[in-house]
Amino acid sequence: MADFKMHVLICGGTGCKASLSEAIKTSFNSTIESCELEDDVQVIMTGCFGFCEKGPIIKILPDNTFYVHVKPEDAEEIVKEHLVKGRPVERLLYKDPKSEENIPTSKGMDFYKKQIRIALRNCGFIDPEQIEEYIARDGYMALGKCISGMTPVDVIDEIKKSGLRGRGGGGFPTGLKWEITHKSQAGQKYVVCNADEGDPGAFMDRSILEGDPHSVLEAMAICGYCIGADTGLIYIRAEYPLAIERLKVAINQAREYGLLGENILGSGFNFDIELRYGAGAFVCGEETALIHSMEGLRGEPTFKPPFPSESGYLGKPTNVNNVETFANIPVILNKGADWFSSIGTENSKGTKVFALAGKINNVGLIEVPMGTTLREVVYDIGGGIKDGKEFKSVQTGGPSGGCLTKDFLDTPIDYDNLVAAGSMMGSGGMIVMDEDDCMVSIAKFYLEFTLEESCGKCTPCRIGNKRLYEILDSITEGKGKEEDIERLKMLSNVIKDTSLCGLGQSSPNPVLSTIHNFEDEYKAHVVDGKCPSGQCKALLQYVIEEDKCTGCTLCFRNCPVGAITGERRAPHFIDQSLCIKCGVCYEKCKFDAIELV
Amino acid sequence: MPKIKLAENTIQLIKDICAKFDNNEGELINVLHQVQGKLGYLPAEVQEVIASELNTSVAKVYGVVTFYSFFTMLPQGENPISICMGTACYVRGAEQVLSELKRQLNVEVGQTTPDGKFSLSSLRCVGACGLAPVVMVGEKVYGRVSPTQVKEIIAEYREGCDTPESKSA
Repeated sequence: MADFKMHVLICGGTGCKASLSEAIKTSFNSTIESCELEDDVQVIMTGCFGFCEKGPIIKILPDNTFYVHVKPEDAEEIVKEHLVKGRPVERLLYKDPKSEENIPTSKGMDFYKKQIRIALRNCGFIDPEQIEEYIARDGYMALGKCISGMTPVDVIDEIKKSGLRGRGGGGFPTGLKWEITHKSQAGQKYVVCNADEGDPGAFMDRSILEGDPHSVLEAMAICGYCIGADTGLIYIRAEYPLAIERLKVAINQAREYGLLGENILGSGFNFDIELRYGAGAFVCGEETALIHSMEGLRGEPTFKPPFPSESGYLGKPTNVNNVETFANIPVILNKGADWFSSIGTENSKGTKVFALAGKINNVGLIEVPMGTTLREVVYDIGGGIKDGKEFKSVQTGGPSGGCLTKDFLDTPIDYDNLVAAGSMMGSGGMIVMDEDDCMVSIAKFYLEFTLEESCGKCTPCRIGNKRLYEILDSITEGKGKEEDIERLKMLSNVIKDTSLCGLGQSSPNPVLSTIHNFEDEYKAHVVDGKCPSGQCKALLQYVIEEDKCTGCTLCFRNCPVGAITGERRAPHFIDQSLCIKCGVCYEKCKFDAIELV
Repeated sequence: MPKIKLAENTIQLIKDICAKFDNNEGELINVLHQVQGKLGYLPAEVQEVIASELNTSVAKVYGVVTFYSFFTMLPQGENPISICMGTACYVRGAEQVLSELKRQLNVEVGQTTPDGKFSLSSLRCVGACGLAPVVMVGEKVYGRVSPTQVKEIIAEYREGCDTPESKSA
């Protein structure tokens, strides 16, 4: 980036792209041209900046000014004021919600203060389609170091020493996995990158692939060197067209630079990477299912052992790691295992990327050191709950995880603490819920997902989850019985104990954790016939408060089923046997006389 | 479902795609991706051609097609509407938006309107959680959609298409 005086970085992540960041780029380029600045200013589309809530985001270098909610028509003002006259456009700066002051750079924002970016180090800083920019930030240095001066065993030892654990959910030590595959005897071995991010509400891996594809390619080559593989395969969701495009560009550029292909950097080491497309099956995140899918089969898991490290793709030893795990590798080798293991908690080293979403003010992609508390994530980084509502729960681990209550807000986040709290790290989805969310409905939501995604191989998962779903559905429909809670627990435990793969074994977790943490809410549904958060329509009643009703007849005239009766200027009445709970009367009433009970 | 007669050039197209992958059975998923990319969907007749080209059984091809949610055996509407049902969108009200979509289009998820203009599907996480809830029409993403906006979004495409009523293939 040396030849230009200034750079305009535009977020090209999926969220910002959806909000027209492409048009913003065009608009910038044409204004820059009309001001004859094209030799001084370069416009670059980068990966995700992380602060999706405020998108589309653009950043101006070298002064690091951070503009939020930018529209294509704002480009002219930014160019003419900021780039030409050096005066930041105040109205587009981020305003701190507490102090109401404008904050010009990301360093001053609470959202970024507690973050440490290792896996996301380049996202939002480089043009992902230019290999030179990756190289300028120490890219491919780790690969060079490994193949020119380290033996595979040296590299594996360094990774082991760093304490890096798999970021896809399971948390298996990465160095150990590499070592096992390294020791497997075979002529042909494979490195596989699991980019089949299927967890609903999670977009960590996609952001890394879109924002910094070379970090994954470099790490795969290093892995290939360590285990003795010459072929890498990236299994990526077909639903991620932008990530696929950027990977293809990156692979081609790496080949041109001699960083992939034969005789890399003159070392005699050969390694190349191909893409394999997923087709929308959550269970393919499980490594044996993923391997079957790559072989063109139905993505059904098979029994382990044999582990893929002994017999994987086409029956050959295969090392499967997730995108975020790979993205950590080059940094560990550049900065050293001691540096990496100084970050985090005793058994969970480094950082974790989370997709923070739901009822939170600052939705976005964050990377925090292991050991950060949920409170710091929700209140400091996340900026608290939307619309000043009350915090209720954080869901981690997606459909395999659980819901944590406010009692866990001060628990440091790491693999072991989350499991002890009845949830799991998972791949990094973190959904915040407020007082309006019904935990029975949330459990039902996840079950519906699992039902669709169960591959159908094991009966407990295929049929057991269906029964769980039916019980939850009857509870939300107001037909639940008290003994249903015990039945849910019993059935959940059977499913956990008798399913083959991780999907089945963890599918009842959302049910068990919500019962454990919110049993009162289940009881309210089945015993009192009430939904405390007012989500389950069947359990609600609209009633008119007599002393507030003026008899204006507005509700009477708007009720689509004629359930409301009453004389003009006299209190009205809703016939519950006719009411369909559409809520029209509630919305129409000007006197707040209609209540939900 | 009535049997469709595939045109000669369609059959040739499928055969070409299979040949590109050396008629290798292990490339089945890649073949299906490309064929669906060209034809829009994978009816039984297409699967029969693929099976014979890759020298495998139709049952196996059918098993794979029905296993993965990305593959469809039904033709899609001119304007495929997908709603994100990821957790972030769900807690921000995607379910209400979905019921409004169903009501306005009068179809269920996975169906196409009788005039062939719209099909409705749900998907899991587009990765634009900051914009939740999200609705996609074709490639275009609509963010922070409320149930009241659904009518406007559909209207945008209703007016736009003055092509003759397409019949389902």
